[in-house]
Amino acid sequence: MKRILSVVLVILLSACASETTKPTVEEGYQAEDASLSAADKAGGPTLNPLTDPTNILSKRSVYFDFDKYLVRDEYKSMVLAHARYLREHANASVRLEGSADERGSREYNLALGQRRADSVKRVMTLAGTNENQIESVSLGEEKPRAIGHNEASWAENRRADIRYQGE
Amino acid sequence: MTNIIYRCNVFFSRIGSMQICLRQFSCCIFIVFLCLIGTPLHAALNIEIFGGGATQIPIAIVPFAAEEKLKQNVTAVVASDLHRSGLFRLVASSGLVPHDPSEIIFPNWQILGADALVIGSTKMLPNGRVEVRYSLVDVARQELLISDIETVSVKYLRAAAHRIADNIYEKLTGDVGVFSTRIAYVVKQGKKYALQVADADGFNARTAIEYTQPIISLAWSPDGTKIAYVSFENKKPVVHIQTLVTGARKAIAKFKGSNSAPAWSPDGKRLAVVLSIRGGSQIFLINADGTGLKRFSKSSGIDTEPSFSPDGQSIIFTSDRGGSPQIYRMPVTGGASGVAERLTFEGSYNVSPQYRHDGKSFTFIHRNGTKFNVAVQDLDTRQVQLLTDSRFDESPSFAPNGKIILYATEIRGRGILAAVSSDGRTRQRLSDQSGDIREPAWGPLPKWR
Repeated sequence: MKRILSVVLVILLSACASETTKPTVEEGYQAEDASLSAADKAGGPTLNPLTDPTNILSKRSVYFDFDKYLVRDEYKSMVLAHARYLREHANASVRLEGSADERGSREYNLALGQRRADSVKRVMTLAGTNENQIESVSLGEEKPRAIGHNEASWAENRRADIRYQGE
Repeated sequence: MTNIIYRCNVFFSRIGSMQICLRQFSCCIFIVFLCLIGTPLHAALNIEIFGGGATQIPIAIVPFAAEEKLKQNVTAVVASDLHRSGLFRLVASSGLVPHDPSEIIFPNWQILGADALVIGSTKMLPNGRVEVRYSLVDVARQELLISDIETVSVKYLRAAAHRIADNIYEKLTGDVGVFSTRIAYVVKQGKKYALQVADADGFNARTAIEYTQPIISLAWSPDGTKIAYVSFENKKPVVHIQTLVTGARKAIAKFKGSNSAPAWSPDGKRLAVVLSIRGGSQIFLINADGTGLKRFSKSSGIDTEPSFSPDGQSIIFTSDRGGSPQIYRMPVTGGASGVAERLTFEGSYNVSPQYRHDGKSFTFIHRNGTKFNVAVQDLDTRQVQLLTDSRFDESPSFAPNGKIILYATEIRGRGILAAVSSDGRTRQRLSDQSGDIREPAWGPLPKWR
């Protein structure tokens, strides 16, 4: 079932690829076409773009500086690619999981993580994605990817991750 | 003041376990619990004590007659309780063994430097119960302060000893004793997180629930029968309330987005919780059965970590509405405009407030350079006192007599619990050999106090 769905999605994406890309209007963000690999454009059955490592959609993490929660420019095209994917797949939905590094109160860190997830959500909804396809939640400091007690680990844990339903 | 370092290895005995086994809900939410029946959850809390009060009452506790015949030594528990409070200095009996007030030769005790003396006797009764008679005596005035009897079944001897310690503590200090209370905390062992409840001295730990996902933010109901907590089993934070005796639990805040930071109102009918459904992290009030959601805080930023005042009229909470996380207070009615009174002004990070039982002060975490420490602020004078100087303290929780603050900290990278007396002089460390402990919450006084 999942394979058929993937093929259908790929065909749909290929169909989209053949249109000229129009920039989305709000606040000057550019929806770029970098999201689709050459294989998708060719239209043949290929990998799921969400997990294809050559596809920007397989990139799922936005990183944040200490005490910051606005999405930096270097991550915007990735977030917008996901926003576009959601717009084009009304049955798809994501959970945005915000995280914070371990220092300080767990509940305050939960709120910081929430702010980061909300920030990514805002970039998506401003780009036209339906907010019913997005749930932004926080994991605070509770599910760290890096477990060291140093700046390198802390930087890795200041994140928002994009997870599609079923993942 | 003598510095006492007292290492006391205390082992748990698991009287019963309260784990919930695998269940599947028809609404497609699959909740995974670990079924632990037959798997011993190793639980041995190590307690170390440091320091002592400014004036310690020298007290001698003579082993009770025939207590060596009992499965549970009573005076050892009483002595350990009183010693742990930091307010008593134990005086050795030096071979004297009165068991009845008539047997006391006061000059002997005055020479030993004891101001107070505890003596008693035990007797096994035919029905398997034990009678414990004890007396507390003022040595200087040669006056009998307490003369009482506890009659309990053998399995409740520890509880009886704690009550005896409470009575002695109250008589000699004028404050309510907390030796009969319980603490709750989370133990993380590998990928497992267990919510445990133990006696205040670390004994009799039981697992209330265990997951393979984190559990945080424990909050005791005022009557001590339930604990609210946040679990991540649904891949996002959800607030649950669990009844301890039955193990039954209910998700009371499971709205879209995150649900966290439960705090009970003093009448046990409502909770304050933090939700992200209206954007950001904002405080809401909700009935204990999950109905009646009402927004409380109104800012566009982060408002979290609510704590009700004991009179139920105010809520203190953490907010970054002023640009950095600080502690604010607002009337429970929300105030007309949602304007909150700022309470903390020192430094740029003050979080995790918890009211004291008398509403006169609150404990919180203050960031001091790169260190996070436990502090207390008096609500009348607004003076702040820093009580710890470790690196990563969090989750402070007052004992229900306001005399001790339990908190989570770390030592050499491992999570442990610690306690500091409200005057900062006595400290304890509570560690578990098997895992990291965090998120402590001190339970309320038992109903009969």
